[in-house]
Amino acid sequence: MSNPQQLRYTKEHEWLSVAEDGVATVGITEFAANALGDVVYAQLPEVGDTVTAGESCGELESTKSVSDLYAPVTGEVVAANQDVVDDPSLVNSAPFEGGWLFKVRVTGEPDDLLSADEYTEFSGS
Amino acid sequence: MSNAPRLTPHPSPATALSEGASRRSPLLATHRALGATMTDFAGWDMPLRYGSERDEHNAVRTKAGLFDLSHMGEITVTGAQAADLLDHALVGNIGTVGVGRARYTMVCQEDGGILDDLIVYRLQDQEYMVVANASNAQTVLDALTERAAGFDAEVRDDRDAYALIAVQGPESPGILKSLTDADLDGLKYYAGLPGTVAGVPALIARTGYTGEDGFELFVAPEHAVELWQALTKAGEGAGLVPCGLSCRDTLRLEAGMPLYGHELTTSLTPFDAGLGRVVKFEKTSNGGAFVGRAALEAAAERAATNPPRKLVGLIAEGRRVPRAGMPVVADGKVIGEITSGAPSPTLGKPIAMAYVDAAHAEPGTQGVGVDIRGTHEPYEVVALPFYKRQK
Repeated sequence: MSNPQQLRYTKEHEWLSVAEDGVATVGITEFAANALGDVVYAQLPEVGDTVTAGESCGELESTKSVSDLYAPVTGEVVAANQDVVDDPSLVNSAPFEGGWLFKVRVTGEPDDLLSADEYTEFSGS
Repeated sequence: MSNAPRLTPHPSPATALSEGASRRSPLLATHRALGATMTDFAGWDMPLRYGSERDEHNAVRTKAGLFDLSHMGEITVTGAQAADLLDHALVGNIGTVGVGRARYTMVCQEDGGILDDLIVYRLQDQEYMVVANASNAQTVLDALTERAAGFDAEVRDDRDAYALIAVQGPESPGILKSLTDADLDGLKYYAGLPGTVAGVPALIARTGYTGEDGFELFVAPEHAVELWQALTKAGEGAGLVPCGLSCRDTLRLEAGMPLYGHELTTSLTPFDAGLGRVVKFEKTSNGGAFVGRAALEAAAERAATNPPRKLVGLIAEGRRVPRAGMPVVADGKVIGEITSGAPSPTLGKPIAMAYVDAAHAEPGTQGVGVDIRGTHEPYEVVALPFYKRQK
């Protein structure tokens, strides 16, 4: 597996991609998806919610466990991926693409986000 | 030092393992080569899943799955009084099991608490194989050894003498038939016979823990890889896939089968677990005496007249998954506890087993929920099992 170079990452195994309009798309990494196993339920933040970097904003449930979803940045949620709510297996099959989770208009960004190479080393993936 | 032997024989991997050390299946390298995600299970490094656990689950329901169950604990009991010993030590009527047949049973404490659930195979007139859960194998071995005092019988630890490979699912008879001359059509559910599979000597048992037709093959560890590969090849066209312990758990849960440490514990009797039928008060060997008898008679009476809690099935109306230990609630009060829960691939909904107060245990009872991290999620009370195969 490889972690796309254009994305940035957290130690909680989220990725984010910030567009020019300041809206970030957030998902979990392939490493995290593989570790979870089949994702069967995704509780995502709702449009209009304010999320805070490093705090829990939802949960992903797999056959064996439930995991908190952490916001990688602070801001207002502007979209949640209904396709993932309807078919959570997208998180496993396309974690960096169709399995994205939510979009947030960024107002604050932590200074410890990782590059693809740093995340690859961190996760050993 | 001159007298010291130049070569110290290496202890075999089996004897080198002290109690509590990690135990290794002879198929460990095979699992790694298949890319399995491994997990520690009762001190064993075992495959959790190879790919998608849901796909593995569905393969067993519709085609076939291949499992390494080498962690299970085999104990051999032999001797002129082997049957009498087992009738004394276990709650079942083991003396009535015919040669070549098997019985699901339990070993209890003097106070009736369940030490483990077991399958006992009668291999010969005076030879039985007891199969215990990995986590309890030492406990069962100790209990049988202690209870053997005064009986003309020998209890032998055969955990390292066997690897166990299971083929489960509707395609499993066809797959196995292509590798053996044994009379599989004559092999009934809960029966076992010695035979040869893919050239390897095996005890072929028609048992399992999935709710499907299937077989469990007990073989010498040195034959495990060869047998696994032969089964893999024979099952290629039939949709056989390697399956990990994760789907084994969802398969047994759908089939309403209890798991030790979840539905069964030392603080519960078989009657509390809704499995009083395994206790045979009518057995006549040893004058009808067996370990736990008095306590179990009281437990039977209590279960019939004033049961504290009952084991039920729960089906989610929502999508959040109940997990072991979560409270079951009704009218804002805790009325029970989840023992096992998982998303059910067959039902497409989360399911659980739970002990609930008798007043809320009837199928269809309204207003029952599960407290999932602070939110009361609505659940339907149903009779077990969730899934029964069409024969």
